[in-house]
Amino acid sequence: MTKEHQNYLKKIKREKIIVITFQILILVGFLILWEILSKYKIINPFIFSSPSKVIETIKNLYLNYNLIGHILTTLYETLIAFILGISLSFIIAIILYEFKILNKIVDPYLTMLNSLPKVALGPLIIIIAGANTKSIIVMALLINLIVGIMSIYNGFNNIDKDLIKLFKTFNASRLDTLFKLTIPASYKTIISSLKLNISMTLIGVIMGEFLVSKSGLGYLIIYGTQVFNLDMVMSGIVILIVISFILYKIITYIEKKLLK
Amino acid sequence: MNKLLSITNLSKNYYHKKEEISAIKDISFSLYEGEFVSIVGPSGCGKSTLLNILTNMDTKTTGNINLKDNLKFGYMLQSDSMLSWKKVLDNALLGLEIRKEKTKENIEYVKNLFTKYGLKEFMNKYPDELSGGMRQRVALIRTLALKPDILILDEPFSKLDYQSRLKVSDDVYKIIKEEGKTALMVTHDLAEAISISDRVIVLSDRPCIIKNIYQIKREKEGTPIENRKDKNFAYYYDLIWKDLMFHD
Repeated sequence: MTKEHQNYLKKIKREKIIVITFQILILVGFLILWEILSKYKIINPFIFSSPSKVIETIKNLYLNYNLIGHILTTLYETLIAFILGISLSFIIAIILYEFKILNKIVDPYLTMLNSLPKVALGPLIIIIAGANTKSIIVMALLINLIVGIMSIYNGFNNIDKDLIKLFKTFNASRLDTLFKLTIPASYKTIISSLKLNISMTLIGVIMGEFLVSKSGLGYLIIYGTQVFNLDMVMSGIVILIVISFILYKIITYIEKKLLK
Repeated sequence: MNKLLSITNLSKNYYHKKEEISAIKDISFSLYEGEFVSIVGPSGCGKSTLLNILTNMDTKTTGNINLKDNLKFGYMLQSDSMLSWKKVLDNALLGLEIRKEKTKENIEYVKNLFTKYGLKEFMNKYPDELSGGMRQRVALIRTLALKPDILILDEPFSKLDYQSRLKVSDDVYKIIKEEGKTALMVTHDLAEAISISDRVIVLSDRPCIIKNIYQIKREKEGTPIENRKDKNFAYYYDLIWKDLMFHD
């Protein structure tokens, strides 16, 4: 290795260290600031809680309120809604792509549904699907489906026109074109849509839990608000941040593996 | 010579909401076995449409196309259009796979073509590991895999840089001659058309009609690059250039 090359590698390494150090500093600084502001009552400790109280509350939730059960409920609902969402958007996108006329017909309705704040449908969903897990999953689906369909459909639409012509020159059937060209060619788009989909699903699940549930992180947050235990609300939010971050990282990892 | 196809009074109109556009008007010509014929014309004049009609990918408005029985076309497109997720060999076998003719003999035939044209060691690589010229040769092998009687070449070299273009057109010409195929090529590059073909058909701007057909005579037959040095090259170049430049 030449000296210049070594210098270059050193430079990259140094940059990485700087980035990570500052990321940690920001987090620690934020926590310390939060703790101090709360301790000296510069911000209202009853509303804003504090890191030490959050840790205490999480411990308490874990011991007395079945915290793990709540986390698992939310994770379970997210997983189901995510898998359902991905598969349904995939199937619907294929149907819309293969039958262009159908796409033209439903286009305004899809746009309408997309711009509608889905939470407005919440009460209706509860009445139709019942105040149970089903409602939560329907809610999450409403939110992740449209985005999923649109991103996969766009992936299909962006396939190289020359490749489509190539298949035409071979007199390929529609089924052949679908399985040998359309789907494999949009593999990357489909995989990349997973990341967007997981955040959408989590939004839907928490929203659903706000509306109906008897357990889950969304329930903890809403319950905490109702009994005015804002330490519990804060703790719920903190756990949710950690979980969504971990889920996002897992999906990014899977995406990397699949795209190799 | 054995006549493979003849086109008589072929016309094609396109319909838009407000107008009717005549893309091709009254075109007639024939193609004989073993010939290399080029069609030149201004861009957008309907050359590709003509090929699409011939190969049944588009419909004609009026006119007749007579094909010899069981005539098989092989289409080579402007871009090499490789599927990036398939290995080069599997790309070359794609047409066979889709037509459900992927038999042992046919696979062997394709592998032999790879060996014959110096691409053997690249068979198991992915397309993005190959140069543009190599990919173009693979695209030709993919077309030849279907054992076509007539090769249709739609601006096959236009996406290559000038040097590879000369080299690849030489390679492709050799392969076509060696496999004894008949070829019909569309191009807007006059020099390419004159140096590679036995006959050049010159088309006009829209609506596209035949302006002239030139039988290219050379002092000595050679590869396209050698043919560019032929005494008659400049003569044909001048004639065709005038055809394209000056409208009646």
